[in-house]
Amino acid sequence: MTKFTLASRQYWPTIVLFAILLASWQIAVSFGGIREYLLPSPLAVWNALWFGDTNWAQHVWITTLEIIGAFVLAAVAGIALGVAIAWSPLMANALVPFLVFVNTLPKVAVAPLFLIWMGYGIFPNMLMGALIGFFPVVINTAVGLTQIEPDMLDLGRVFNAPKWKIFVKIRLPNALPYILSALKITATAAVVGAIVGEFVASQRGLGYVIVTTQSSMNTSVAFAALIWISVVGLLLYGAVVLAARLWAPWAEGAE
Amino acid sequence: MNQSLIGLDRVDMTYATASGPVEALAGISLSVGGGEFVSLVGPSGCGKSTLLRIVAGLRPATLGTVMVAGRAVRDPIPDVGMVFQAPNLLRWRTILQNVLLPAELAGKEVGNLRLRAHELLDMAGLHGFADKLPRELSGGMQQRAALCRALLLDPPLLLMDEPFGALDAMTRDDMGLELLRIWGERDLAREARKTVLFVTHSIAEAVFLSDRVVVMTARPGRIAADVTVDLPRPRTVELRASEAFGRLSLLISRTLTGRAHAVL
Ligand SMILES: Nc1ncnc2c1ncn2[C@@H]1O[C@H](COP(=O)(O)OP(=O)(O)O)[C@@H](O)[C@H]1O
Ligand SMILES: [Mg+2]
Repeated sequence: MTKFTLASRQYWPTIVLFAILLASWQIAVSFGGIREYLLPSPLAVWNALWFGDTNWAQHVWITTLEIIGAFVLAAVAGIALGVAIAWSPLMANALVPFLVFVNTLPKVAVAPLFLIWMGYGIFPNMLMGALIGFFPVVINTAVGLTQIEPDMLDLGRVFNAPKWKIFVKIRLPNALPYILSALKITATAAVVGAIVGEFVASQRGLGYVIVTTQSSMNTSVAFAALIWISVVGLLLYGAVVLAARLWAPWAEGAE
Repeated sequence: MNQSLIGLDRVDMTYATASGPVEALAGISLSVGGGEFVSLVGPSGCGKSTLLRIVAGLRPATLGTVMVAGRAVRDPIPDVGMVFQAPNLLRWRTILQNVLLPAELAGKEVGNLRLRAHELLDMAGLHGFADKLPRELSGGMQQRAALCRALLLDPPLLLMDEPFGALDAMTRDDMGLELLRIWGERDLAREARKTVLFVTHSIAEAVFLSDRVVVMTARPGRIAADVTVDLPRPRTVELRASEAFGRLSLLISRTLTGRAHAVL
């Protein structure tokens, strides 16, 4: 109850502002003569969300799957590459220039290639999200593992710990806040990647819904899809923030 | 004199840095007997921390030989308790988990040492802080936790780098007395005591605790004097007011400021 009171006290300006915007939008469309296919009214979007004939459950499910897949792929690959880079200078020399090159590519431009190589499906879209989102994880993992006070590593050596134990008990926890803050970026990137993938090639998913509304001029449906995308994106982002709070409470405020 | 436990013979240490070589130690020869309590004093930057690292086997000396317990030091030596100049606690571990870290790192059974860890924390005045994170403690409390960590496995050799530097004067005196008790001043024969190499910038602390005070010069650190402290043990607070205590402190202080000859 107190928590709720506190939250409402902090967020009431946001809520009021949002309400005002929504109301002015509705008024502008209803009385300002703006045509529905240019800017649908909030009510029209609401109707599209709940009473239209779009199969939202299916599209949201597909896109969510792609986003989570992209996120997991990016996290696993990013952490693995980061560990490899931090573990051996040889790996670092081999991998870093290559990864930097991959990262400078406009990844969106690769999406049509994914269609050629893998055809339609959710996997290429996952891969697109992962491709956009993995790089910060690599960098932050490598930095977190290596940017460590020399004294901390000496602590491990003084107690005659083997290298792997120093890695697991000292380096890895030290890197955790770095990794978690990269994963927040990845959560956003995974959404972008999945939607871009769907724009280029898909038969289902929220990105697909948006593309189809272009020809039908059914703008309210596009807005509804946007709302769903931001709900999924926010939920994933929130989950990462929550995980960070749970796993690294000692790093609060230190990002 | 006991058989020497630590032996340094003409040890030089030069750090290679981006702005050229930094000579930290030059021609250090020092012998510390088993069970002896030896303090190092010297101006900051004279290489005291460097010397401790070399003895611990954390950094190789550039020149000279280092022996500990009859073996030439090349890698980190076993069975040593080290207190770093900074508390150096792992910020994601509770105080208790930090104190237990040496057991985990050395692959020892942690369960049996829990009780001992709690006893050490009580001794250091950290009762009730076992489950706090390091950032919830003051600098001085963190330093005391680091001392508990160094003592957990009851090592025969203690290397301590300004362990009481962040403590207020009163806590500092208490911790000194506590350290002497752990060292075995009252209840152990000389041979059964721990060997302690103790860095401090407090001359009074050095005299109060030690059997010998080694005075170093400014960088590159050399040994300016090796002063035997022949004050009776067990040491008591009253001793500080004695004439002998004052004379030794003055001697060391003058050596540090380069005016030793005035006294000698
Ligand atoms: N890792 C290092 N790299 C380069 N120079 C160092 C390093 N550690 C210490 N030094 C230099 O060596 C000298 C002695 O340092 P230190 O042993 O920390 O002195 P003290 O502990 O007596 O204050 C200082 O000039 C310091 O700058
Ligand atoms: Mg020092």
